[in-house]
Amino acid sequence: MIKVTDLSKKYAEVQAVNSINFEIPGGQIVGFLGANGAGKTTTLKMITGYLVPTSGTVEVDDLNILIHPREIQKRIGYLPELNPLYSEMMVHDYLSFIADIRGIRGKEFKSALHRITDQCGLKGVVHRPIGECSKGYKQRIGLAAAMIHDPDILILDEPVTGLDPNQIVEIRELIKNLGKEKLVLMSSHILQEIQATVDRIIIINEGVIVADGTNEELMSNFMGNVLLTMETNLSTDDTIKELTEVLPDVLMKSLEAIPNGHKIHLEYSRETDPREKIYRYAVDKNWVILSMTPHTANLEDIFRNLTVKEENDA
Amino acid sequence: MHNTKSIFFKELKSFFNSPMAYIFLVIFAVVNGYFFVNTFFLFGQSDMRSLFSVVPLVYLFFIPAVSMGLIAREKNIGTIEIIDTLPLQTYEFVVGKFLAALSLILLGLLATSVHLITLFSVGTNIDYGSVMSGYLGLALVGGVYASVGTFASSVTDNQVVAFIIGVFLVLVFFLMDWMLVFIPTALAGIIQYLSVDYHLSNISRGVIDTRNLIYFFSVIGFFLFTTVQTLEARKWR
Repeated sequence: MIKVTDLSKKYAEVQAVNSINFEIPGGQIVGFLGANGAGKTTTLKMITGYLVPTSGTVEVDDLNILIHPREIQKRIGYLPELNPLYSEMMVHDYLSFIADIRGIRGKEFKSALHRITDQCGLKGVVHRPIGECSKGYKQRIGLAAAMIHDPDILILDEPVTGLDPNQIVEIRELIKNLGKEKLVLMSSHILQEIQATVDRIIIINEGVIVADGTNEELMSNFMGNVLLTMETNLSTDDTIKELTEVLPDVLMKSLEAIPNGHKIHLEYSRETDPREKIYRYAVDKNWVILSMTPHTANLEDIFRNLTVKEENDA
Repeated sequence: MHNTKSIFFKELKSFFNSPMAYIFLVIFAVVNGYFFVNTFFLFGQSDMRSLFSVVPLVYLFFIPAVSMGLIAREKNIGTIEIIDTLPLQTYEFVVGKFLAALSLILLGLLATSVHLITLFSVGTNIDYGSVMSGYLGLALVGGVYASVGTFASSVTDNQVVAFIIGVFLVLVFFLMDWMLVFIPTALAGIIQYLSVDYHLSNISRGVIDTRNLIYFFSVIGFFLFTTVQTLEARKWR
């Protein structure tokens, strides 16, 4: 369990994180989403004890990070942003070094190493220097180091940045499997990376949490109207104008003429679905409907809406 | 204690996994050997004095070079974040790093003991006590400079900057004794007590006085403590 209360961090002049609150129960995969510089990494650094908050508290399993940092750090596995590694070290030596500090030695280390190389797909590179491994392997080495002590809590700062699509899918699967029994808090500035993996999304912008909920909750809270694009034949300007009079819920956005007909852009609110009425109206007026495509706002739009600065703000 | 050991061995391994350790050991041996052999037969004295007077000079540049990467490199490549978020006390990390650098220096000193063979084979009336205490003195000075270098490495993430700061601080300690003539007599006593040379020459003469030992250990302790504080302070940025 991670509980963050009124957490703030101020660097010399910049308010990086501004009084944020959230609570994550065990067994949940949470995506921490925000543009670059939104305060994601700073928040994660405060949870892991790398930075001391300016104000507010971080509690992990009811322990306060300022009072019991070591105890908390024993329970957390952390993959920092940019995945720093000792390039001259052998993969095996690095994992053994991390395990040693975590109190895993001898036989225990052997079985941990076996588990982790299996889980992270490191079999082929265990006896290679880290510097000679590919980017995908390095990322998995970082993950393996974070998980060598089988922690209940995993904090991953941009775990899939810079990986190719196949590797992203692999890491995603790995995280999904881990999330079945662990608390996983992973950050990203790219929504698609997270959307497929997580149970819950927290969106942070300029140090403030602007949204917090499951995929579906975010969609229903923030999704505006539905845009409908229709292509029709045999429609006339008059009958098109009448449509909005007959169906007051529907708003005419724009109208283009195409050969033999029109391309009509309509908008309606998500609760009312007037598509059937539109269809019947069209049949009634002898239009031929070539296509009818609703565009629902997706999380990407929501994310952009929440995190992009207003033009007049700048 | 166990964590200090893990850091120590990790660091020592990384010395030997890079050309660093080998270059240090070879050049350290060559430079010291050159100056020793150069004067040993000339003076015809059965002691190691020519070696003991050159090693502190060689230290001035070699020890900051050995220690410059200890912490600065971890900061530079970002692994300090991994270290800082492991269940590890900062002092365990600092002491482990310091001991690794000191071990490499002691290994370098050990290599100079080949000259002992020369001494034993051609020398007469050898004062074994002063040879031993001379080595002890060099080891202690190595410790002081290594602690200074560890500190210098903790204040920056740039190894070159760490080296320059290290050389500067080590020079201050080394030159203090030479500067005494420029210093008001009231302060001279304090400055003399702070200078490395003063204590080294005491020990090298064969007098192992606790006052000298206390000096060396407290300077080492001071710089390691300051290093820990420097690292802890980063969390409060």
